[in-house]
Amino acid sequence: MKVTEKDGAYVADLANLELTDQERQRMLKDLNSILDYFDRLNELDTSDIPPMAQISAKFGPSDGTRRDGISPVWREDVPRPSLPHSEAMKNAPETDGDFFKVPRVIEK
Amino acid sequence: MDLNSLTIESTRNAIGAKQITASELIEQFYGKIKAEDPEIHAYLTLCEERALQQTRHIDDLVSKGAALPPLAGVPIGIKDVMMTKGVRTTAGSKILDNFIPPYDCTAVARLESAGATILGKMNCDEFAMGSSNENSAYGSVRNPRDKSRVPGGSSGGSAAAVAAGTAVASLGSDTGGSIRQPASFCGVVGLMPTYGRVSRYGLIAFASSLDHIGPLTKTVKDAAILLRTIAGQDPLDSTSADVPVPDYEADLAKPVTGLKIGVPKEYFSEGLDPEVRAAVEAGIAKLRSAGCEITPISLPHTAYAIPSYYVIATAEASANLARYDGVRYGYRAKRARTLSEMYRKSRDEAFGAEVKRRIMLGTYALSSGYYDAYYLKAQRVRTLITRDFEQVFQKVDAIVTPTAPTAAFKLGEKSDDPLSMYLADIYTVTADLAGIPGISVPCGQTASGLPIGLQVLGRHFDESTVLRVGSAIFP
Repeated sequence: MKVTEKDGAYVADLANLELTDQERQRMLKDLNSILDYFDRLNELDTSDIPPMAQISAKFGPSDGTRRDGISPVWREDVPRPSLPHSEAMKNAPETDGDFFKVPRVIEK
Repeated sequence: MDLNSLTIESTRNAIGAKQITASELIEQFYGKIKAEDPEIHAYLTLCEERALQQTRHIDDLVSKGAALPPLAGVPIGIKDVMMTKGVRTTAGSKILDNFIPPYDCTAVARLESAGATILGKMNCDEFAMGSSNENSAYGSVRNPRDKSRVPGGSSGGSAAAVAAGTAVASLGSDTGGSIRQPASFCGVVGLMPTYGRVSRYGLIAFASSLDHIGPLTKTVKDAAILLRTIAGQDPLDSTSADVPVPDYEADLAKPVTGLKIGVPKEYFSEGLDPEVRAAVEAGIAKLRSAGCEITPISLPHTAYAIPSYYVIATAEASANLARYDGVRYGYRAKRARTLSEMYRKSRDEAFGAEVKRRIMLGTYALSSGYYDAYYLKAQRVRTLITRDFEQVFQKVDAIVTPTAPTAAFKLGEKSDDPLSMYLADIYTVTADLAGIPGISVPCGQTASGLPIGLQVLGRHFDESTVLRVGSAIFP
């Protein structure tokens, strides 16, 4: 078993998830069976192969100068209207009118 | 009016010729949806007010005798991962159950500017994570062709509505096959454009380097029309490409004679259902008699695509979904005493099992000690898969494969086994990894009457050839 109970708890903590005991058991079983399958990636020698994070990177320089491929397109850095404050706050679960309200941040 | 047979072309013609007003048509569609959709469950939210506002505008143009926009009055469904200003957008998740977007997705805005009417928001797997639509927090979609079966996923609602005739066309999103596989299961056309062809602005992110927006339609011509409407550079998405958008509809008229079509042996090996194989081989024979040159090819790294894809997609998802914390929008757990408890409880209570599984998998693959072994390794394999395609496209103009290894499976058949569900994407994830365009078109059915899909893949930005070959299979 690759992912131990301790690993599972650590990863859940990183991911800001709690998971019930039942969920944790099921999660360990699923992660281990999926990762076992993923291990077939190790059949390939990739030591000389560069990693590919996105398609755009493959098509020329990322300085935006190229216009014939999928290089990122830059825009002028000029101010433009942004989402009004009231619109941005509209979906908030709790506000004081100006700010998002959250429970206590500093824990004892 | 027979709503089931309406295409984009026949709809705009009927409205232009005053056979029906756009407002009457949309009322008929809402009548049909309310009568028939409860059995299919393709729609999550209807936006009648917004639709009527648009149809009144179109009817006004018609009565004035003004020039009509290209999609005048065409009723279209939008997968619920695309933001619609003022219209609830859930991504199929309880965590966004009450979310009302403050702005529109670029693709949606472009459809409306072209005259289309937005009917509503389509059911989908939660955050587009799934291959059967069974991961929707709002309940599964049923396949209109056989209600005991899944419609495919994650754009299951988008495909089912087009198949059921409750939308003329729809938009879906494809990260690992989520447009093409449901199109194949429901017997409709589904097109995933080149990465960067269509702006992702306003698309709720799953895996940003793999997410694509594209059309699901009844005909290849409709897919060509919709793609032209939504394609093109958008200043609001820096990965949207500054590449001219051709007239795909006009390009469909060019003959396929002389095109070189590659058939990769890796897509016809173990695990392919014999009925699907026979139907796809019949499709290939059709291309040969239309004058295409059929060439056997090899894409040797195909077997590594599923693990490469699922490592990269889940890693990106774990980062993208970190934003759902109950602070600025979305679900917030009650009775949390501290901020960190509030984060955890909100996510725990509102994310579904598959979303949690993928967040865990992705977080693990990115965590210290496993980053090189999983994430970086998967990215290197992504390079190999992309190179496979580059080499092959020096010799052929398009590639033809099955869209999925089987026809639609039964509801519940794979929902307990995540790995077997992941393998349903085996023929589709490769194009997402390489960023190339692909289409699924109907090519016959099984003995029991289930639709079978054939996939055509093409070079970067060459949707024209992909559409043309698709149209030769499904004219």
